[in-house]
Amino acid sequence: MFRPSGCIDAPGYLVRGKDAPIFLMSKKLYQKSLAMLEASLVSIRFRERKLLHQVSLAVRPGELLVLAGMNGAGKSTLLKILSGELQPDAGEVRLAGQPLSSWSLSKLAEYRAVMPQENRLTFPFTALDVVAMGRYALHGGYPSRSDLGLARSIMKTLDVEHLATRLYPTLSGGERARVQLARALCQLYDSKISQPTLLLDEPTASLDLGHQQTALAAAREFIIREGGGVCAVLHDLNLAAQYADRVVILHEGEIYADGSPDDVLRESIITQAFATRVVVTRHPALNCPLVATRP
Amino acid sequence: MKSDVVIFAVEQQRIAGRLPTMPFFLALTVLLVVLNLGAMGTGAAPVGWAEIWQWFNSGMVAGNDEAEQSMAVISVIRLPRILLANLAGAGLALSGAALQALFRNPLADPGLLGISSGAALGAGTMIVTGSLWLGGLAAWAGDFAVPIAAFVGALSAIILVQALSGGKARWAPTTTLLAGIAVNALAGAGIGLLSYLADDAALRNFTFWSLGSLANATWPLMIPVMMLVVPGLFFLIREAAPLNMILLGEAEAGYAGVDVRRLKQRVIGFSALCIGALVAVTGIIGFIGLVAPHLVRMSIGPDHRVLLPGSALLGALLLGAADLGARTLAAPAELPIGLLTSLIGGPFFLWLIYRDQGT
Repeated sequence: MFRPSGCIDAPGYLVRGKDAPIFLMSKKLYQKSLAMLEASLVSIRFRERKLLHQVSLAVRPGELLVLAGMNGAGKSTLLKILSGELQPDAGEVRLAGQPLSSWSLSKLAEYRAVMPQENRLTFPFTALDVVAMGRYALHGGYPSRSDLGLARSIMKTLDVEHLATRLYPTLSGGERARVQLARALCQLYDSKISQPTLLLDEPTASLDLGHQQTALAAAREFIIREGGGVCAVLHDLNLAAQYADRVVILHEGEIYADGSPDDVLRESIITQAFATRVVVTRHPALNCPLVATRP
Repeated sequence: MKSDVVIFAVEQQRIAGRLPTMPFFLALTVLLVVLNLGAMGTGAAPVGWAEIWQWFNSGMVAGNDEAEQSMAVISVIRLPRILLANLAGAGLALSGAALQALFRNPLADPGLLGISSGAALGAGTMIVTGSLWLGGLAAWAGDFAVPIAAFVGALSAIILVQALSGGKARWAPTTTLLAGIAVNALAGAGIGLLSYLADDAALRNFTFWSLGSLANATWPLMIPVMMLVVPGLFFLIREAAPLNMILLGEAEAGYAGVDVRRLKQRVIGFSALCIGALVAVTGIIGFIGLVAPHLVRMSIGPDHRVLLPGSALLGALLLGAADLGARTLAAPAELPIGLLTSLIGGPFFLWLIYRDQGT
């Protein structure tokens, strides 16, 4: 059965079930209304190397999915396939039931936003300019006062609002990363799409301990307020344990494990998938696993 | 919702080192108007302010009698030249700014695409060998022969660059750069060959053509130039918002909804049109496309919604001033304008690099 999340904007039937009412609707309508981003059996090769092999992954609305794995396991590649930047050699990606290739770029921009791994801006825009630019699909390059107000409030949750008038190239790596995350959020907040998808490629890579928590908390808040789904590539398994609803571990281009943090973050699985020894205990303050590495 | 559109996220004065935008534009516009009026009165034939005023009042037409000779000078000789100076300055600067965005590099310049070299090759071919194989046709085309040949050369250059780096290569910056270098090298070889084969008169003619000059501006020539350049300028300025986005990175712009491949195609196409038409008439004028956008970016920031119009204004101003210098510094002879822009632009560019070394 399905797990209803967000608001499903489609007709169906409410029937009496054994313990609780059941909402029946067509699977196609369900997929369409959920605006779910789903990759089915995608494979991609580069030269002779297999980057991904028959990987299926769905980013469900209302869920924070963490993609983890060793360097070179295929995480960024999978994210690029999900975002539409790369075409798989086999398999397909669908958004709201429609194949990704049938979507126009501007329509796609309303449904999903991406925070890439590197940021390449060297021109002296202000941080507020950069965040407001994320909303291009809606304002066409001419942000209104409400767009700027939204940008500022998002920057506030990410603790970069005080940098609004600073020039982007003068910011530190961590500050730039938070500005880029704010830009991706600004693309999707307050739009008429009910369940947009956020794809984050190593959003916490250059952030300090405190801001790592801030960034993932902002992703969680996005899920609650917009009802969408988030797929984040993370290296820190403890952050995954604390924030993820679901963890997917990739190993050599294939899905090695897929489940809740409690199910996936076990010593045997991590040792195999990451080729390193770990000890997994329970976090003393939170009800989630705690992964400790050891030589 | 349209009523609360703001132009700037942050008032520009709050950013260190930036000039306030509206006063900047106002100052440029006023300077340009003053420069153009001054240019109307300057030159070999003396024309005073009173006569300029009279020319405006009389409906800006030329007559035949003695008193209206000076007005004829303005209408027939100087006005098209002033128009060409403004258009060429604006076109070179605007294309330069747009290409700098496309390459995400403030050192990019319209010459990178090989258009100027292609035009030079076309012009050189016509000057050196035209009489040989076109014969009567070249004579009939008269003043138009060299510009048409140059325009054909410019178009050939951009078509070659398109074949190499458009289409499947999707105008990737590295590929486009290399294609431009290749076309420049090919055209250079052709020009070298022509110079070797030319007689003294043709060689001198071609050398002066390639040093750049606005002296060829006549109304019959300016009409087709305007028809090509003005739409090009208009369409380039419209690309301001997507050009902002592409500075974030091509993938990032794509994620935000910009069709990067089509944008590049359009910008390179319109730039090639403007520059091809302009270089065909003026010869090779360097540094305007590099220096004007750089100065405007330093003054009012990298936002193309103001950078593009600002570059156009400053380019027109700089080239107009250079033309004034070209006409007066060695009066009654004329200095080639490309020489002036290189003489001033070169050291200025060195100074810019030296200045940026510290940062």
